[in-house]
Parts: sequence; C-alpha cells; structure tokens
Amino acid sequence: MDTGILAYGGYIPQSRLQRSEIAKAHTWFAPGLRGLAKGERAMANWDEDTVTMSVEAARDCMTGLDRDDIAAVYMASTTFPFQDRQNAGIVADVLALKSGIMTLDVGSSQRAGTSGLSIALQTSAAANNTTLLVTSDKRRTKAASPLEMTTGDGAAALLLGQGNVIAKHLGSHTEAVDFVDHYRDENNNYDYGWEERWIRDEGYLKIAPAAINALLEKTGVKAEDISTFCFPVAMARVAGMLAKNLGIPGDAVADNLQANCGEIGAAHAVVMLVHALEHAKPGDKILVAGFGQGCDALLFEATDALASYPARRGITGHLARRREETNYNRFLAFNGLINMERGIRAETDKNTGLTTLYRNKHMAQRFVGGLCTACDTPQFPKSNICVNPDCGEVGTQEDHPFADKISHLNSYTADKLTYSPDPPSYYGMIQFDGGGRLMNDICDIAPDFELQVGMSMRMMFRVKDYDNNRGFRRYFWKATPTDEALASQKTNKGE
Amino acid sequence: MATGIKDKVAILGMGCSNFGERWNDNAEDLMVEAFVEAIGDAGIEKSQIDAAWLGTGIEEQHVGKSAVPLSMALRLPYIPVTRVENYCASGSESFRGAVYAVASGACDIALAMGVEKLKDTGYGGLPQRNRGSVNDMFWANASAPGSFAQLATAYTSKFGVSAKDLKRAMAHVSIKSHDNGSKNPKAHLRNKITEDKVMNAPMIADPLGLFDCCGVSDGAACAIVTTPEIAKSMGKKDLVTIKAMQLSGSNGTEAQHNSWDGSYFATTRHAAARAYKEAGIDNPRKQVSLFDVHDCFSITELVTMEDLYISDEGRAVNDIMDGFFDADGEIPCQIDGGLKCFGHPIGASGLRMIYEMYLQMNGRAGERQRSEEPTIGMAHNLGGFPHQNICSLTIVGKEGV
Repeated sequence: MDTGILAYGGYIPQSRLQRSEIAKAHTWFAPGLRGLAKGERAMANWDEDTVTMSVEAARDCMTGLDRDDIAAVYMASTTFPFQDRQNAGIVADVLALKSGIMTLDVGSSQRAGTSGLSIALQTSAAANNTTLLVTSDKRRTKAASPLEMTTGDGAAALLLGQGNVIAKHLGSHTEAVDFVDHYRDENNNYDYGWEERWIRDEGYLKIAPAAINALLEKTGVKAEDISTFCFPVAMARVAGMLAKNLGIPGDAVADNLQANCGEIGAAHAVVMLVHALEHAKPGDKILVAGFGQGCDALLFEATDALASYPARRGITGHLARRREETNYNRFLAFNGLINMERGIRAETDKNTGLTTLYRNKHMAQRFVGGLCTACDTPQFPKSNICVNPDCGEVGTQEDHPFADKISHLNSYTADKLTYSPDPPSYYGMIQFDGGGRLMNDICDIAPDFELQVGMSMRMMFRVKDYDNNRGFRRYFWKATPTDEALASQKTNKGE
Repeated sequence: MATGIKDKVAILGMGCSNFGERWNDNAEDLMVEAFVEAIGDAGIEKSQIDAAWLGTGIEEQHVGKSAVPLSMALRLPYIPVTRVENYCASGSESFRGAVYAVASGACDIALAMGVEKLKDTGYGGLPQRNRGSVNDMFWANASAPGSFAQLATAYTSKFGVSAKDLKRAMAHVSIKSHDNGSKNPKAHLRNKITEDKVMNAPMIADPLGLFDCCGVSDGAACAIVTTPEIAKSMGKKDLVTIKAMQLSGSNGTEAQHNSWDGSYFATTRHAAARAYKEAGIDNPRKQVSLFDVHDCFSITELVTMEDLYISDEGRAVNDIMDGFFDADGEIPCQIDGGLKCFGHPIGASGLRMIYEMYLQMNGRAGERQRSEEPTIGMAHNLGGFPHQNICSLTIVGKEGV
C-alpha cells in the first residue's frame, strides 16, 4: 500500500506588513535593506504563536476527516512557545485527540519541518498508522536585520499515512552536515548569522545537490521529470541556480512566497509543499528540500485522488485572507522589539493555576461545553444544572464541542479602555447556531471593518493572556467573522 | 406568607460625604464624614446602634476584608458588624441588612455604611482586576463601558432606532445629570455640558463616549434605621419609610441561554415587578415621584426606564427627549446628578440614592429641591454586567403614602 500525504492544510496570519514600511524606518541606518523592500511579509497577531498557528493549520488539514484516526502528532518549529511543556501535546489536546497517541516536538534546525516530515513518513509506513505533522515558525528577528524583511509567520499541516493518498511518497534522503550558517544558543533570542555569499556557494549550492542527487538516484526519477521543486530560500535566484545545476526544469521552481508571505522558518518547506499540492495535478512529481545543518530531500507524486480533494483554505486561501499592515510600530510592539508604555492597566496579574487549568482544560483548550440530554440545549460552559429555564435538570450534560460551530453576533463593542496589546479590544455576545452563547473576545478585526449584529462568526484558537511574571501563557478560543461575512463587507464597500 | 417590608422600617438619619477625588482622605475618613452627619441627623448616641453593615465593592483597593474596618473607624462598641458585597449594588446590600435586622425585631436601631476609595489606582476609570481563576480563562477582556455599550448595539438592532437618535437621547441623559449635578454641593462633577460636547467626546467603548460614562469617585454614605414607632417616640415627624426592597440576580440565562436579546436587564424587570407589588404600586408611571437609577452609563439609564416599566419598550428615547425625566419634568431621574455627576464610589452609591430621596422628601435638598416634595421614590442600584448582574431596588416614601 502506498504511503504518502492523506491531507494538507495551511495557515497564514491575516496581517501583511509592507516591507517598504520596515525599510522606511531603517534605511538611515541600514540602507542595504532597500534592496529587500518589495512586497509584504505575513505577521502574526499579538495573540498568535506557533501552537495557535499549528492548530489552525491542523484544523484546516482535518476538514471533513475523522480525528480519531490520528495515531501521532509531530510538531516542527524553531520557535516553540514552551521549552519544557510539549507543544505537540498542546496541539493534540486542543484538537481533542485521544490520549493514546505519540506526540513529539522536532526542532533546533531550519530543516525541522522536512525532518519531521521524513520521520513521520517512516514511522507511519512502519507502524501502518496515521500521523499528523504540524509545523510553524514565528522567528524572532532583530530590528533592521535582513531576516526581519524576509521572514514571515505561518504554519502548515500534513496528514501522513497509508491508503488513499493524494501524494505518494517516492523516497527521502538526508545529508547531515554541521554547516553553521547561523545559530542561536540557549541564552539568546536572536540568530547570529554569517555572510550570505558563503552560505549560497558552500551551503545551498553544494550540500543541497548532494541530498537531491542521492534522492533522485535512490528513487530512479530523473531531474528533468520533476514538476515542482520546493526549495525554501529567501535569497533571490538561489533555487533557480540550484535547479539549473541539477537539471531540474526552470519552470518547475516553486514560488518561494517571498513576495506575499516571507519565509516561515522551519515550516517553509512544508508550506511550499502544501502550496504546490494546491496547484498540482495527478502525476506531478514534487521535490521538496529543507536546508539547515545539512539538507533533507523528499519526493512525492500526486495521485488521481488529488483531483477530487475537497476544498479548504490552505495556503492559497489564507494568503487571500489578507489585510495590509502599514504600521511597522505595531510589528515592533507585538514582537517585544520596543519598550512600550503599556499603562498600569497592563499590570494585572494573569496567573493561571495549573490545577485550575487541568481541571478546566476541556473548556479552555478544547472549547467543549455541555449538551443537556434532557432538553437538548447546548450550553457553555458545561455545568451541573441545565441553564434552560424550562429544564434545570441536574447532571444531565454531555460534552459538547463548540470549536467548529458557526455563531452570530448578538451585540459587540470596540473597547478602548480595557488593556489590550492591540486596542481597541473587540468582544461581543456570540450565539451559536443550534444553541449556546458566550460573551467572547473577537480577533482579527481591521480598523476599517464594521461588525454588525447578526454577523456570522467562526472560532479561532488564540492566546488568551500572557503571564509575563511567570513565563506562562493561556489559550482560549476567539470569534472572527466568517469568510462570507468578510466577503459581504467587501462587496458592500464596493471593493 | 411573606408580608413584605412596607412601612416596617423608617429612616432615622442619613449622611453622605462629599464625593469626588478625595486625594487626601482614606476610606476610613470618608466613612467618618458620612457617619458624623448621619448620627447627628438621627439624634442618637453611638451606643444605641445595635448592629452595623458595611458595603464595599473593591475592598482590596482600600479597607481590605471584613467589617472590622467599619467598627474600628467608627469605634463601634463591640456590636455585630458584617461586610457585604454584591458588585456595584453593595451599598444597597448594606442597607438591606440593616433594614431587615430592624424589621425582624432583632435590632431596634441598625446602621448601614457604604464606602469606596477608588482614586488610589494611578489611572482613570475602574480598577482593572481579575474576575476569578476559572472566569479569567474564558471571560472576554471586557471593561464596564465595553459591557454596557453592547446594550446600545442590541437596542438599536431590536427597535430599529438609528444609532444617531439613540446617541442623542443618551447625550440628553448626561446633559440632564450634569445640569442637576451643578446644583449639588456634594457632587463630584458640577460642570454643565452641551450636546455637541457629548457627541464629539472621545470614544471609550463604541458607542459610549467619555460623557456617556459616570465618574469614578471616592465617597461614603450612611443610613441609620429603626422602626416607625421608635422614631416617633424620639419625636421624629414626617417619617420616610421603606416601602419595598427587592433584589434579583442573574442565573446564567442571559449569559448562556439564547432567550435574552441583550437589550435590557432581565434582573431589573423581575425585581421591579416584585418591588411595585411589595409597595402596593400598580401604576408606577403615575405613582412614583422620583427616581435615582444606576446610570453608570447613559445607555443603562435609558434602558432601565423601560425595565422599571416607566417608559414603554422602545419608547425611552421619546420620554427622554420630551424631558419627562428632567429635574422639572414629570418624574425627575437623577435629580442629584446620579452616578454620572454626584459620582460613583461603588459601595456608597446605593445609599447615596436613598440619601437623596430622604432629603427631597424632607424638603432639605437645597438648590435642587423639587418644588413639589416627592412622596414615593425608587432607588435602582445595579452591579455587574448586562449579561450577568445584580439588580437591587429600594422604594422609600413618606409614611402613610
């Protein structure tokens, strides 16, 4: 039976910071940045990290699929929110997966995404089971660094296993070379990097060909038969030079999404692979490589199943869910690059009792409420006594998930008084179709967007609060307008 | 069969501190200020007080826990003291404790004190604070103005009132309270304002602007209550008695069940129906002669006038614009300036409302005295958020009315 990709999904945060704005702020100091000042980079909101973005990519990937089939969750990143609390474990919990699964974080290298993919394919083939690979990065970059310009935030997810695959895994090869083009030790937040020309000539153009040639030899596929070549490198022309040297057709070189997204660190190879699958046709051979202290190379062949693969947002859809950000200061503030006066209101202690969290984990992380078996009233949170005034039965509620339900706005406000890292704070009463409601935070509202009573909303997994005193963060779900609500407003405004 | 509280308890004396930014006073100083006035008004000795209740909302900002700060500040002679808290309705809660104690016969004379010292946070507005360890995991990042602002969005959507018309009616609510507050020497805010100023003020929580929000103040208010018989035996005439005290707390229906549309206070409606019944009022629009409602925000006052069954549903805008609730209107509302201008020291507010009723019914309200002395007054004290709150109603009136 074929092993390969059963499903894919992606996630790109809504805001796209204009690189011209970054350059405008820095060219007095670093005029060389002007050369990179084209296009835009995806920028995570203040309440997004690699766990929340991974969850969104995973939800996208699992559209219409049974999560009970998942036997393992691997998360690949170089920017995990937690150094010691398994991040893949958070993702698995949020997705309400059963506890009898393998969870694992893969990190420490820009090829963590492809290494995780390679290992997931191997273990799924060996154990004949299904693995969910999520990969996300939100690299911390110093102000005025080239990386600040070329990096983007986002995530991708792949469901890997055997059966009706949409892309068959033809083979993998890894070259492990301790080539230190950049590094970040345990005491530092930012990368230290070496000269780009050296990285290109001695790194990309020597180490990657070794891995790719070995893969082609192993699989018996000719370079000229490659349909899509996903090589995640921001540096212009490198992927093209590599393709030319290897004999891969020039038109097979995949868009590195530098113009409209930026390079998403360790996740970018998989992001490009998902993007390639969104545009592939059955029979296409897709070569994906990940570079970092060596190189992973993997080869896939799209199957007939791809033609009937159900639609989802994916990378393409999320790239279209876009808001232009022209305020570089907001990026600095969200990423801790500027010492802002946040006011005394920001001092509120956001302590989370770990006992409280564990006891209420299904409510807070999974967004599970209750369904009264006596009167069929869905309600949030789940409670001992039914909230329906005509029922009031005790002990009748079953777990009832709300995360994937659509709701409508009953009331809302834009609050400029309460502390928010991105004021105003939007929240309102959301009412779920079929029952249940909640006064809830609303995320990803652009300043020119107008909420309306009755507007349809969907849920997204986000950071609720950062506890900076203790280095903890707690997560919850927030409402955001559905794609239909966003589209209808664009239509009304004549856009 | 409960017979209710009507005419079983009379106000013996009341006091109220100046409200405002009392930078140089502690909560204890404010309590003493209100107490000295109240006990002087009552004409009793401290030793005659049988029990006392203290209402505060955010005690961690000032006095700390228990009612011991009250008994220490007033040097009460080892009598029973109790601290009560019910959000912004804490002042009414202390009054309820004292009134019920007298009505039960357990006490001859009881004292209710409400106090709040809010201007020690370092910033404007109510203190930003935690809401409980489980609530903090999922409650929206909501402030008071943001929560109450949503009444306006739900109200416009329900009744088809334009946002502009509603905002103008809300502006009238605030202009009226500033006019009234300007005549009140104890009020926090004594400046008059114009519609232009209200409409063009900075937005706090859409659609509530700066002048749609009440003041955040320091202050204390105090009541001493007894039975009408004891009051008369002390030579008191023209008694103001308690006609009804009703309270209603949300049970989750508004917050968690889809039967509430967000445009009104379910608690107020329940409490109002019971309070009118207890007081023997069957036509409140004709029988109540004075209102002091919990105008924490202009929109709160607007919808409350419907929830108290004074304006028909969807018609408060008209009554307000017609001047029905103005100081010289049919039924004045916030003749003392209300929370808006008298100020809102949380624990004191419920008692402050009753203080104004008491003064007006005794013809002692000075420049703001209603020409025709009110005979029945309702104090409406609210705590929490529109979707989960406490509503506490007190009806007082002249004895025999």
